[in-house]
Amino acid sequence: MADLAVGSSPSPTKRKVSDNKPGMAPWLLSSPALLLFVGLLLVPLILTVLLSFHAFDGSRGVLTDYTLKNYIEVFSDGYYHEIFLRTGGLALGVTLLCVLFGVPETLILARMKSPWRALFLIVILGPLLISVVVRTLGWAILFGNNGLINSALMSLGIVSEPVRLLFSMTGVAIALTHVLIPFMVISVWANLQKLDPQVESAGLSLGASPFTVFYRVMLPQLLPGILSGSIIVFALAASAFATPSLLGGRKLKVVATAAYDEFLNTLNWPLGATIAMLLLLANVVIILGANRWVERRFSQVFDT
Amino acid sequence: MRKNGFFSLLYHTIFIGFIIAPLVVVMLVSFTSNGFISMPFAEGFSLRWFRAILDSTGIIRAFWFSLWLGLASATAAILLAVPGALALTRYKFAGRGVLMGFFMSPLMIPHVVLGVAFLRFFTTLNVTGSFVWLAATHVIVIIPYALRLVLSSATGLDRDAENAALSLGASRFTAFRRIVLPLILPGVAGGWVLAFIQSFDELTMTVFVATPGTTTLPVAMYNQIAQTIDPLVAAVATVLIVGTLLVMVVIDRLVGLDRVLIGKQ
Repeated sequence: MADLAVGSSPSPTKRKVSDNKPGMAPWLLSSPALLLFVGLLLVPLILTVLLSFHAFDGSRGVLTDYTLKNYIEVFSDGYYHEIFLRTGGLALGVTLLCVLFGVPETLILARMKSPWRALFLIVILGPLLISVVVRTLGWAILFGNNGLINSALMSLGIVSEPVRLLFSMTGVAIALTHVLIPFMVISVWANLQKLDPQVESAGLSLGASPFTVFYRVMLPQLLPGILSGSIIVFALAASAFATPSLLGGRKLKVVATAAYDEFLNTLNWPLGATIAMLLLLANVVIILGANRWVERRFSQVFDT
Repeated sequence: MRKNGFFSLLYHTIFIGFIIAPLVVVMLVSFTSNGFISMPFAEGFSLRWFRAILDSTGIIRAFWFSLWLGLASATAAILLAVPGALALTRYKFAGRGVLMGFFMSPLMIPHVVLGVAFLRFFTTLNVTGSFVWLAATHVIVIIPYALRLVLSSATGLDRDAENAALSLGASRFTAFRRIVLPLILPGVAGGWVLAFIQSFDELTMTVFVATPGTTTLPVAMYNQIAQTIDPLVAAVATVLIVGTLLVMVVIDRLVGLDRVLIGKQ
């Protein structure tokens, strides 16, 4: 029966052909999401770009004429230089910490036996599903002057005065590393899955020391994963809000918290929009630029 | 494959300690009987802060608000992501790459920028404090997560069964409902759960547009922690940690946690 029906009707093949020449079908299917994205993502972003070119007056609010004043202010004022440099430095530091600690852990994880490997992978990646506010709260409790870290350091006699971790960049960097290191593990792990585990053994059996095998055999192969993980970590660290805001305090502003203050405290929206747009621009340039560079540099690795 | 030596396992232990330390500390502190942040060991163990959550109307209201917001936006996101994913996986058309990039772009835009843009937009339209508009912004933020999981299950789908159904006279919608949907259901379910979690946890964008009437749980907790850290907020965090663990078990049953967290295997 079924055979007969399929045999007598040419429609399946016909439909397949029509799928190859799709016409409006894909646009029709994606139109609800597309409409939402144009109306509620593209339009607001364009409005914000326009807002950043408006002047602001303390008593009269947002003025209607267009000006580059906000951009000139951000580029010429040492106060904003410091905020952007602090953010860049934080993002760079967190990225380095994630590489330094995340890569070895991923390699250790890959060597583990079956039940342990899956278990610890979930322990390391699971926190991604827990709110950043909760994870930051944990570090705030650990970092306090009477917190666990300072109590331990003092009772061990390592320090005599509490180390300043809360409201310091060191504390922010440690907590952000904790928040973002799972992304590095994911990236290196995905890279590791594509490699042939025999290569490492081959290097060892041919007499190379474990260090040489790591440096000459494993590292070059893992570089694409490390680099794409670094791009993700850097971008997320540079635009992080909750952790720098709660652990850095009012004085140690980063770009994201500075934009927040301009919008909700100072109420200078055009300046806040300018800061946000510069953050977006830096983010997009770094992500796309670095991605392109990695793909060109390691095209042979990605192809295999 | 080589085995881990002593130093590797030592490093691993310290690393795992680093990962779980802040979560364990939050949970321990929430069982204190004191009125301030302290360990429950010396002073005694108490559940008073969990009882205090129930009396805190602000926290309870924010929890229900976040729950409804997450349910509504995750459902809307999956309803948009499924046809979108089918369009992206079954057709080769001009603009496919651009469309994919556009739908994934919220991952690349800092949430602060989204917050700024939505606040500007909402005040222009005068819709600040509206549940529907807030949910719509959450849909934008979580669509990439929903789409990625639906895409991974819809890619390389065998279409013979669907073509057979169509040739036997099933309508396109019936073929979708009876054949395609059951096949991609794990991805759809996993995408919905992941989208819900992303909406429920979202802080940075929401903090810009939240009003006293539309305060989500993360925003309420952020506002509280920014002023002072008390055991009450630690107890709320403990409830969230335990709740997330339960959701992780559900995801693991539905699609496999590794697939949700790492992507395609």
